[in-house]
Amino acid sequence: MTTRVLTLKINDQEFSGREDATVLEVAREHNIPIPTLCFLEGLSALGGCRLCLVEVKGTSKLLPACVTRIQQDMEVYTETEQLVAYRRMIVEMLFSEGNHVCSVCVSNGHCELQNKAQELSIDHILLPYRNPERKVDASHALFTLDPNRCILCTRCIRVCDEIESAHTWDLMGRGIQSQVISDLNQPWGESPTCTSCSKCVHICPTGALFEKGKSVSEMTKRRDFLGYLSVMRENRK
Amino acid sequence: MIVEELNKIAVDERQEQAQFNHHLFVCSGTACLSAHSDEIKIAFEHEVEQRGLGKMCAITGGGCRGLCAKGPMVSVEPTGILYQGVKLGDVPEILDSLGKEPVNHLQADLNAHFYQKQHRIVLEYSGKLDPERIESYIAAGGYNALAKALTEMTPVEVIDQVTRSGLRGRGGAGYSTGLKWNTVAKAQSAQKYIICNGDEGDPGAFMDRSVMEDYPFRVLEGVTIAAYAVGASQGFLYVRAEYPLAVKRLKSAIRQAEKRGLLGTSILGTAFSFDVEIRLGAGAFVCGEETALIASIEGKRGTPRPRPPFPAEHGLWGEPTLNNNVETYANIAPILQNGGDWYAAIGTEKSKGTKVFALSGRIVNTGLIEVPMGMTVREIVEHIGGGIPDGRKFKAVQTGGPSGGCIPEQYLDTPVDYDSLLPLGTYMGSGGMIVMDDTSCMVDVARYFMEFCMTESCGKCVPCRVGTAHMYDLLDKITRGEATLGDLELLEKLADMVSKTSLCGLGQGAPNPVKSTLRYFRDEYLAHIVDKVCPAGVCKIHHDKEGVLQ
Repeated sequence: MTTRVLTLKINDQEFSGREDATVLEVAREHNIPIPTLCFLEGLSALGGCRLCLVEVKGTSKLLPACVTRIQQDMEVYTETEQLVAYRRMIVEMLFSEGNHVCSVCVSNGHCELQNKAQELSIDHILLPYRNPERKVDASHALFTLDPNRCILCTRCIRVCDEIESAHTWDLMGRGIQSQVISDLNQPWGESPTCTSCSKCVHICPTGALFEKGKSVSEMTKRRDFLGYLSVMRENRK
Repeated sequence: MIVEELNKIAVDERQEQAQFNHHLFVCSGTACLSAHSDEIKIAFEHEVEQRGLGKMCAITGGGCRGLCAKGPMVSVEPTGILYQGVKLGDVPEILDSLGKEPVNHLQADLNAHFYQKQHRIVLEYSGKLDPERIESYIAAGGYNALAKALTEMTPVEVIDQVTRSGLRGRGGAGYSTGLKWNTVAKAQSAQKYIICNGDEGDPGAFMDRSVMEDYPFRVLEGVTIAAYAVGASQGFLYVRAEYPLAVKRLKSAIRQAEKRGLLGTSILGTAFSFDVEIRLGAGAFVCGEETALIASIEGKRGTPRPRPPFPAEHGLWGEPTLNNNVETYANIAPILQNGGDWYAAIGTEKSKGTKVFALSGRIVNTGLIEVPMGMTVREIVEHIGGGIPDGRKFKAVQTGGPSGGCIPEQYLDTPVDYDSLLPLGTYMGSGGMIVMDDTSCMVDVARYFMEFCMTESCGKCVPCRVGTAHMYDLLDKITRGEATLGDLELLEKLADMVSKTSLCGLGQGAPNPVKSTLRYFRDEYLAHIVDKVCPAGVCKIHHDKEGVLQ
């Protein structure tokens, strides 16, 4: 079967894309910025962080660009006043939810959450900090999990399951009580399933997963393998 | 089994029932059971045996008669006399009265608005059937609709009747059932699935529980007809584990239907085969959302996923899946038997048929009712519901559960259907109606529903996970009398953002109780914030306006 090519408008400019492409893919291809956090090319799309919401003419609902397929003559808007305001609130919510103290964080300067805040010119937040009590798991020989900096994007869970096929990580609890756990909530260092491949550490957008021995701002994540994720995933199919 | 055998079962059962001069149905629904109707049934059986009446008087556990507040209920057939509030001591008196004058002081007034204003289709045989025996259902005309569909109609004709009936999804969203069936029927796949959503979870809602408990066979019949219409071979009944009686009866119903050849291979001797399994929900409210429900059946964490693709194309294990609510399926058999046009003649222009509601809260007649679409809120609350007890004043009705809103007094004459309540900022929902009087604080009500949404949020998307927690904190702060007008502004901003950006219906609907109470009872919010008083006297506020400890 041949794949059709469709034309659509993004921010009043005309573009074309294959019919199986998402709005995000077409936008990125043409350097139209749409912010994302939970999305990572090569992993299954989640549609959870809601940063990539866009407006589509003809529907009152906001649609996540990462999972919305393009349609012929679709008219997409990515930077409306409403969208920017909601994106700011989402980033504010993430900051208020955990305990994000950039000045003492290993990922300071290399953090995707911090970058999003900078892109949206967020220098303070209106929401009260929730200051949750979360325990650090430093039981692994090479890495540490600091849930205080976790934004529950579940990239670690997906890469571990979909690419490494270890499924060491998963979620426990519901709603605001959700947390990432290793195996059945056992210390990470005792996990018989973890292969210590470090993929989760390097695709974690914040300093929630980091290599031991790194001090403030020292944790730069090596993302050079990211390009291969989609290839690995394709092969798996 | 073939159709002739079905008729034979009906004839045999009716003959057997005709041997008895009197047939007593003791309600065995959850509400009456909690009032010890099981003990009353045993007492009846014991007394009948002692008196040697076993050959002329049958005692059976029956279904819900609706007036749950006045249980246990006992109905006497064929006279149709209904007794309410029956106690163990009343058993001999009722037996004495059989064939004579009824026991006046226990008799329910069947001419009362509560019974007269209702129109029962889903709850048609209420209280006059044994929910645990398939023969009882068949004798009342059960499975005739399935027989008609399988032997006289093509799947297209079945869908056509459902479409003509105008039936819309009873889970609350109100999507056209015929259209949904049509979509699944047209999907091309060797394997299709049927799901019956029995994960009713709105606070104050117990419609589907009663339907599953009282008419398990009718739900199964509807599901089987749907499977024939869309071409599915496997069905799943997703029932929450908190409904043990419904689960027990559905399990037994599946077993009996299989034994009688009404489920399984070549149903009623035709080429159509269909199997049904039960899946238990583990207590998550969000699993009532169809994509979360599908994930849960697949054995995954019950979280929703973005739609499209819709389950009709890409559902269970990626196959086309038809998902309807319990009450929707319970409407199918009567629609096929009487025709789609018959059903479409009931109700309003855009909302056809009847709807089952669970009345609860501050109302005289707490219970289960079924009324034609388009009946006004006032008729439901004041006439059928009997109004507010203890001479208190009506304040509002909450419909649509945690995703709905309240209807204040000035809108009591609004008709209840899918569309009329939307301009009021609420919706009909799945059928829960919680009545509140002047002893309820609306800020406290909003806080209660927000707490529910916060704890039931799955946590997948940021606005629902974090937003509901912030909104709960703010509402809690208001009820403590510690909030400022700035907090109120933030609350409204969050309410807008969470409803606009959340992934599924839970998050999108979560701010509705806040928006609705703010729209009609803003003065109560301001009283908490500015004057530091709770007008209804519900919230404990410890400081006065000047911050002095009271």
